[in-house]
Order: sequence, then C-alpha cells, then structure tokens
Amino acid sequence: MFTRSVLLMLIAGPALAAGPNLGTPVTHGDLAAWDIHILPDGTGLPKGGGTSAQGAAIYAQKCMHCHGEGAKGGTNAALVGAPPIKSIDATKTIANFWPYSTTIFDFIRRSMPWQQPRSLTDDEVYALTAYILAQNKLIGEKDVMNAQTLPKVRMPNRDGFIPRFPEQTPGVRDL
Amino acid sequence: MEKFIPVAGNGLLDRRAFLRGGAALAAAMTGYSAKAETLVEQPWGKEPGSLVPPYGGPSAYEKAVVRTLSNPKGEPRTQHARTPHHLLRGTATPNGLHFTISHGGNAEIDPAQHRLAIHGLVKRPLVFTADALARYPMVSRFTFVECGGNSAPMFSPEPIQANVQALHGLASCAEWTGVPLSTLLEESGVDPKAKWVIAEGADSPHLSRSVPLTKILDDAMVALYQNGERVMPGQGYPMRLLLPGWEGNMNVKWLRRLQLTESPAMTYYEARTYAPILPSGKAYRFYFIQEVKSFITRPSVGMEMKGPGFYEISGIAYSGNGRIANVMVSADGGQTWAQAALQEPVMSKSFTRFRIPWQWNGGPAVLQSRARDDQGNVQPTRAEIIAVRGQASRVPPVTVFPSQHYNGITSWSVDATGGVRHVYA
Ligand code: HEC
Repeated sequence: MFTRSVLLMLIAGPALAAGPNLGTPVTHGDLAAWDIHILPDGTGLPKGGGTSAQGAAIYAQKCMHCHGEGAKGGTNAALVGAPPIKSIDATKTIANFWPYSTTIFDFIRRSMPWQQPRSLTDDEVYALTAYILAQNKLIGEKDVMNAQTLPKVRMPNRDGFIPRFPEQTPGVRDL
Repeated sequence: MEKFIPVAGNGLLDRRAFLRGGAALAAAMTGYSAKAETLVEQPWGKEPGSLVPPYGGPSAYEKAVVRTLSNPKGEPRTQHARTPHHLLRGTATPNGLHFTISHGGNAEIDPAQHRLAIHGLVKRPLVFTADALARYPMVSRFTFVECGGNSAPMFSPEPIQANVQALHGLASCAEWTGVPLSTLLEESGVDPKAKWVIAEGADSPHLSRSVPLTKILDDAMVALYQNGERVMPGQGYPMRLLLPGWEGNMNVKWLRRLQLTESPAMTYYEARTYAPILPSGKAYRFYFIQEVKSFITRPSVGMEMKGPGFYEISGIAYSGNGRIANVMVSADGGQTWAQAALQEPVMSKSFTRFRIPWQWNGGPAVLQSRARDDQGNVQPTRAEIIAVRGQASRVPPVTVFPSQHYNGITSWSVDATGGVRHVYA
C-alpha cells in the first residue's frame, strides 16, 4: 500500500517542488538586453568606456535642450553644481547628494534621454557619465570612465546617510 | 430614553450613540422644524431610462469626483493623479480614482508580449508570461498603497490652504489579487547568499528599487487584479509588485524583472529621491514603512458646514505595520479626545474608516484625529515630527515635495461661519 507521501511524490514527479512550474528556464544570454542593474561595487558594468570630451558632444546633441547649457539646468534638473544643503528642502544634485557614481551610469542608461530611453550605447553612457563627473570636478578632464575606474570615483556625500532599515524599522529582525 | 452625553470637549458624542439609539435619537437631537415639500413624479419616472453600457461608469451628476492632475499635458516630468478622499466614504478606492504617479507616462503594454524574469542569486533563472502567472494559486488582500511623499505639504512652515485631496491624495486602498512571490521563488530556488531583490519595471524609465528579501518572502505578491478586474494601466498593467504597507514607489509597476543580489543597487529612487534630508544635513536611507497615520475627510477644507447641529466626523486610518487599534478624535485642538468607531472589518495594512458623531454648537472648533496601530505605534503630532525632521525653509507650492514620510496629525479649524481651514494646532 502507498503511504500518502509516496503517492504525492508520484503525482508531483521527482526533483521539482509541488508547484505549478509554469515558468521557462532562461539563460544569462537570453537576459542580456534586460540585465542592466549596476551595483555600487561596479557589478554589472559593461565593457567599453568614454571620456568627458566625447560626452560633451553627445550631451549637446541629446541632453542639453532639457538639462541646459553646461548641464547647469534648464526645463529639467541641473546635473552640475553642488549648492550647500542648508535645509530639508535643499535641492539635491549629483555632486551634493548622490552617494555612488555607479547610479549615474545606471540611471542614464535605463531612463535617459527621457524621450528615447535605451537608445544610447554603453560607450555613450560612459562618456556622458565622465562629462557629468568632470563638469562637477569629481574627476579630471582626461579621465576615462569604464568598468574599472567608475566605481572608484568617491562621491562627496557618500557617508551622508542614516539607514532606517533594518536599524530603525519597528518589528524587523536582523537580516 | 438615553441621553446624548458628550464624551469629549466641544460636542463630540459617544461613538456608539447611533448604534444603540437609532433613528429616534437622531430625530430628538436634530429636531424637525422645516416645512415638508410636496413630492412630485419626476421625468425619469415617466419614461424608460438609458441603455445599459457594457462597462459602467458613475452618474453624470458625479463629474466632480475625479483625480487632480499635476502635469495634465504630459510634459517631460513626473505625472501625479490624486485621490479625492473628501468625496469618497468607504475604504476601497474605485479603480479609476486610485492615485497614480508615473515618471514617464503610463506604459501601454501588450500582455501577450510581457515577461517577468526572476534571476540573479537563484538556482534556476525563470521567465513567466502573464498567462502562466494567471494559472498559479492566488491570494487576495486589501491593502493601501501610499507614496512616500504623500502629505509632504505638511512640512511647510505655514499651513497650506489646500484640501485633503491635495494634501493626502497620494494614498489609496484596493483589494489586490495575485501570486505570492514566495511561491515563485520556491520554484526558482534562492541562493543562501541572496539578501535583496532588485525590482524593475518595463516602462520607459525602467524604474528600479531594491527590496529586502525578507519582505519579498513575507507578504509580497505579483498583483494581477485590482478590485477584481485586471490591474489598471496606471497601476502597472499587466502586473505590479505589491509590498503591503511599504513605500509606494517600491511597489514597482509594469513589473518585468526581479534580480536577487547580496546588496542593494542604490538606484536613483532609493539613493537620491526617497532619501529625506534631516535638519543635520544627513539624510535617511531606506525609509521603507508607511507608518501609522489618519486624517479626517469630512468635514474638511472646501466644505461649508450648514449651521450648527449634527455632523458625522469621518476619516481614514492606516498603518504599514499592522492593524489600526483605535482612532481618537478631538474637536478642541487636542485638549480632549474621544474614541471613534472603527468600521469592520479592520484589516492589516489597509484603510480603516473611522466615524464619530458631533454636535457642532456653531462656535470655533479644531478637528483632529490620532491613530494607534496594534504594534503599539501612535501617530505623532505635527510638532513631534517637525522636532526630528525639521520643516521646509519656505512655503512650497502644494504639489512640491519638501520632504517625505509625514504621518503626523492634520488639523481642520471650523469657524463660526462654517468654513473649514487647514491649521497647525
Ligand atoms: C525631454 C527632456 C529630457 C532630455 C532630453 C534628457 N533628460 Fe534627463 N531628465 C529629464 C527628466 C524629466 C528627469 C527626471 C526624471 C524623474 O524624475 O524620473 C531627468 C533626470 C535626469 C538625471 C537625474 C538628475 C537628478 O539629479 O535628479 C540625469 C543624470 C539625467 N536626466 C541625465 C540625462 C542625460 C545624460 C541626457 C542625455 C542623454 C538626458 N538626461 C536627456 C528629462 C530629460
């Protein structure tokens, strides 16, 4: 006579959990076009690279009509400048607030230019990132930004944060 | 016959007065002085009505019950649509009135082409179609979604004269139905090193947020249905991430990808936008929970009270930490408090409607509500919040976000003419 568990095993089949299993296995290659998250340590950064000079040309063509000349702000945010943070409603900028340089690459690649996201090549995104960092004097004019150099750029406000999670979150156990 | 005994200052009555006493008491209290009108047969009683439409909408007389739009022409910036709380009386927000924030418009997704990928630190990376997900065992739950910046005008140094829709309209509540993420992660398997899940949308900003794996395995779902019908385009059709009680922006809409990682990605929205600056110049990071909060929706700014007499004070309370345990209401600016009735069922991380009868004597009054949740968290006063979080350097436009995560008390003052104003008390 079958025990209940043996019976269940026969119905469910071996190896797999007794779920519906209606997903399709996917390879890293299949995912490549979507796999765009960059971590602060540089994990996920693609091959390629670019300089501020290259970025300036792309900026003038694809970004300036919204972010203004010299990236000092237009109908959309200034990408250059670091006004002091003197109040809770101070303007947050890349140079006065963003803690990680990798976020610049990640955000431009996934969201910009606003009208045509995902239209830039990785080299163009590196070049635009270099342009913004150089205009903010966070790297030199000639520095090349690539998967090795970008994560090493230390942002001025890197340590300006107090984590609420899990430290100050009621009812949350340690991770 | 039982008498109406005020239970707190300025005319607040026992919350059970009507449940116990019924109509007789209401008549006794308000009195019937006006002359009756002669009733006539109206045109709609004299001929058949209009065609029944395939998809019903509200009455033509309810055209004012709409969301307010921050960017009606769709210029290249974020669009906000706020829920008209002052015109709604229940707890389930109608789907067309659920608040929406879209950073690059509402993506129009063909569900047949949509895919959800789960990968990273898993044993088997998997891709799901919307049809495949619709075959999984589902759960339903009522839960609110609230923007981390809801109520941000409360950080203004002066009370902004705006209604409850403008001040608190970036929170709504619905019954969501979908597949628990724990089910899907059981199938993909989870590498023991995984601690975070980075969620990403298929919309043009490809909005992404890092979510602790503990939350994903606790009560997160891939929501496919909203109040029984498919999730609205502005809520992420064909599917959204639902994180009950957590910051709205993390409930990623148009969800297409979940990547398991050891550490958070520090995306634009977590590293920059949803990191409120403190008076010290430092900023909070990972302020995930929408904490216990309540506000009175009636009476509220924009309503004219029509003379002294009976009014029901009504509002909404909710907590991202659990159930509402009680709501206290004051009509004298917080000097005395009375307990409001909570409409059953009271559900965890969901809107709870509170009500209390009020005999307005026609004099000045300041109405406030203060909620407590079943985890012991009490809604702070505005002064308590400002002491820690500071306030804006100047009065901002009402649609601007000087900071985030305001869950303090809101005060409405009623003057002798019956006008209602927003005050700090
Ligand atoms: C059509 C106008 C438009 C164009 C063109 C455009 N952007 Fe943007 N940009 C925006 C908007 C709108 C936002 C705010 C996005 C949000 O809040 O989700 C933004 C935000 C940004 C930010 C974040 C700024 C901050 O501090 O918050 C960066 C960086 C950026 N854009 C870079 C670029 C680059 C590089 C280009 C050119 C490749 C570009 N943008 C082109 C509209 C534009």
